[in-house]
Amino acid sequence: MTQLSARGVVKAYGNTPALRGVTLDIAEGEIVAVTGPSGCGKSTLLHCLSGILRPDAGEVSYRGERIDRWSEARRSVLRRTEFGVLFQFGQMVAELTAAENVALPLLLAGTRRRAARTAALTWLERFGVAELADLRAGEMSGGQQQRCALARALVTEPRVVFADEPTGALDSLAGEQVLGQLVRTAREQRTSVVLVTHDATVAGYADREIVLRDGVLDPSGLGVGVGMKGLGR
Amino acid sequence: MSTPYVLLGLLAAGSAVHGYDLKRAYDERLPQARPLAYGQVYASLNRLARDGLVAATGQERDGGPDRTSYAITDAGRAALHDWIGEVEQPAPHVSSSLLSKVMVALLVADVQTARAYLTAQRQAHTTRLRELTAVKTDPAARLDDIVAADYAIAHLDADLRWLRATLERVADWHREVHA
Repeated sequence: MTQLSARGVVKAYGNTPALRGVTLDIAEGEIVAVTGPSGCGKSTLLHCLSGILRPDAGEVSYRGERIDRWSEARRSVLRRTEFGVLFQFGQMVAELTAAENVALPLLLAGTRRRAARTAALTWLERFGVAELADLRAGEMSGGQQQRCALARALVTEPRVVFADEPTGALDSLAGEQVLGQLVRTAREQRTSVVLVTHDATVAGYADREIVLRDGVLDPSGLGVGVGMKGLGR
Repeated sequence: MSTPYVLLGLLAAGSAVHGYDLKRAYDERLPQARPLAYGQVYASLNRLARDGLVAATGQERDGGPDRTSYAITDAGRAALHDWIGEVEQPAPHVSSSLLSKVMVALLVADVQTARAYLTAQRQAHTTRLRELTAVKTDPAARLDDIVAADYAIAHLDADLRWLRATLERVADWHREVHA
């Protein structure tokens, strides 16, 4: 089933076009990397798909519903309940502990405090950072923060996770842990993932890669791996 | 040529003593390398024995093929130690059928065709990179697999960066080549 789709999405900032008609479908449980040079519109596409931005033209649908027509309030509920987000810098609330940070999306969705904390602890444990639960975000390393941020992105068991350069600030081993955990969880829970990155090794975690160039999908695409003849391993 | 040293290493580590088992241990340790041919194992072992770096320590024959067991000698250990301590030339020979092919494509093809070559190559690299990433993220992966996959991934990534930059340069380059 198609989880997310964009049809001819156009978005400009003032006179500067960021997206010039992007069409794509993302299936349930599919992990799609969006790559391309800086300024190609990757982040704008992610913001349009996740309902943070409304396209100037074109359609964005989530499980068959035109979310670009929804009010900001309704899209905001959707983001809280069905979507998870992971940014380059964890964007944890520095004054809160890891457990409080992870529990936050549940509390916002009306879950009781104790249940939210229990869920938060379960996710922290799952990612091997249970011992950080009562540490403030400001006291953690970048890698620790990013693993907590991943727990926070997944705590509501979203159907789609949007990750924007999620390992851009991490060293390669820390990045690998975060990506490995994201991908394993997504596979187990059939979560779709939109993974924005400029790094081919990060895109390697995805099932499919789409390349954006000057606000449109690179027609050469990278969807299916048809290699040159005779190319050995 | 690293094969004889890998065999010495496997003997030193006690991973195997017979040619057949050494071949298997080799393929297991270096899963991303080209599998070693049996003939190559026996040829290498013979040369190592001739040079006094390994010694035959016994022979079993239980109806099957000849199974000579080998042990590394002191001279073999010293040679292995020297080899490990010797810094590898930082690749003056960076691989090149890829570079050669792209050079030639630029020479004989128009911009469009050259781009198509590069794009197909990029797809093949990307596909391989994805396969290797799957090897790494498999929960059953051992550190051996991961380290070997990392090595291959890092090289593919370097090629991919170069392919991407070259794709950007194709038009200019073509103009220069055909000026």
